[in-house]
Amino acid sequence: MRALPSRILLPLGLVAASVMTFGCGAGSNGTSGSSQNGNNPPSNVQTITVNGGPDSNFVDGAFTSVTVCVPGSTTSCQTISGILVDTGSSGLRILSSALTISLPQQNNSSGNPVAECAAFASGITWGPVQTADVKMAGEVASSMPIQVIGSSNFSNIPGTCTAQGVPMDDLANLGANGLLGVGQAVQDCGSACVPGGQQMYYACLSSVCADTPESLALQVQNPVASFATDNNGVIIELPAVSGGEASVSGSLIFGIGTQSNNGLGGATVFGTDPFGDFSTTYNTTAYISFLDSGSNGIYFLDSNTTGIPLCTQPSLNFLYCPASAKDISVVNNAFMGTNGASAPASFPVGNGLNLVSNPPNNNAINGLAGPFPGLIDFGLPFFFGRNVFTAFDGKSTPAGTGPYTAY
Amino acid sequence: MKMRILLAMAIAVAALAPCFPAGASLGGDMTSVRDDQVKLQGTLRTTSIDSYNVHEIQSPGGVVLREYVSLSGNVFGVAWQGRSHPDLHQVLGAYYDQYVQAVQAQRAQRHGHGPLLIEQPGLVVQMGGHMGSLTGRAYLPQNMPVGMRREEIR
Repeated sequence: MRALPSRILLPLGLVAASVMTFGCGAGSNGTSGSSQNGNNPPSNVQTITVNGGPDSNFVDGAFTSVTVCVPGSTTSCQTISGILVDTGSSGLRILSSALTISLPQQNNSSGNPVAECAAFASGITWGPVQTADVKMAGEVASSMPIQVIGSSNFSNIPGTCTAQGVPMDDLANLGANGLLGVGQAVQDCGSACVPGGQQMYYACLSSVCADTPESLALQVQNPVASFATDNNGVIIELPAVSGGEASVSGSLIFGIGTQSNNGLGGATVFGTDPFGDFSTTYNTTAYISFLDSGSNGIYFLDSNTTGIPLCTQPSLNFLYCPASAKDISVVNNAFMGTNGASAPASFPVGNGLNLVSNPPNNNAINGLAGPFPGLIDFGLPFFFGRNVFTAFDGKSTPAGTGPYTAY
Repeated sequence: MKMRILLAMAIAVAALAPCFPAGASLGGDMTSVRDDQVKLQGTLRTTSIDSYNVHEIQSPGGVVLREYVSLSGNVFGVAWQGRSHPDLHQVLGAYYDQYVQAVQAQRAQRHGHGPLLIEQPGLVVQMGGHMGSLTGRAYLPQNMPVGMRREEIR
């Protein structure tokens, strides 16, 4: 419903933006691989697709292509598709198995290679920190620290890393060729890792890796925040989905209020904490909440609180299975101490069993939802039919300084 | 400074903060709780409910760990919030292998990312949140005091 006006306006926005950026001389398109059709896309628009991903079985994940180059090179480059767009993390991570070019390794002050253990909700990624020029649409982030996951040269995962979760180190476990973290945080750890001691950055000597200090500039970080322009945030635009579809396409737009195609319009801005958390009220109780395009459903509360039964099939007992679809109404609130915004929102909860099995080959499914006690994780289905803005921590935008989320 | 304030509490972040080196093992006894406090150099606060005690340890690394202990001294649940997950080897103890097998089985079936929800007859593990702001809990339903609701472990 909300999406209709923006979908109608989008083609006009694209035309205006392409004319404008042409006039600004915003860099060449280089080796960027988005030339399927003859149109020249504007420099800040990256196509995203909810299509199952490279393993053809990822429900409700938005994928895109990213070009990485050896820093400074325009020939040692590779465009990698099947990268999951994730507003719940920060930084580019690529599976070693998907990377065919050799990127320079980051070393610490003693000359030892640096590797990272990145913790996610459902597992960890482990692998070396390497450096690349990261290119999307017409934008470039030069000499970005990125993580290469599952490198055979770093196969000895420290026990302090596996202690934080089960590794997602190949396509079967990750479901993607990589992750493009475009969340509110600029660095993936921040000041806590500068002195070390977080079991996140490691220096390796003879395949034994130990915790190491890591400066902000060397940490794996949100590449969009390092673009020369359009670097204060991103917008994810996906069409409304009724039930399920095999594939839908949308846009990852760089910048907020920096071009004619990325203004906030009537979006409500909710201030967040530095990692993107705000709060959501359900039935008079406030819970921690966040908008996470990398979660493939809306995961909220528990059956006792919501009155919605779980699916009884053991393989689907992480989904809600109401007898008939329900509309859930909540109130989203800015993180305390920020801009004080508050606005109602609603989302559907469908029968998980029916949604994933009738038919079984849908990759974009609205209404997919499950429990998670004590918090509200607005995953990709919440993005369908909404333009969702993520403003980066400390970056200036027309609606004030990030971090915030808006839709 | 990237300090995250939880809705209900502020977490201290120290400069040379260890991650979270330990947590009491599920199925273990009170000894492990006291060990944790020493290892973490954290502050311990104990709250007594009718049929169990809650030992809350705030680590200087920015994680709050709550250990749920029966009146007979058995650790039947743990819950955490913070920038990292705790040491799951330590927290899950004898149940760690069962957890890993359940995660692998779920990844083979489940298509997509989201919070981790493992619900087996003798073990429940739930891990959620996102990078920089993680939360979770693990408990042994069969060891919970009679009449206690699962939602009380949080």
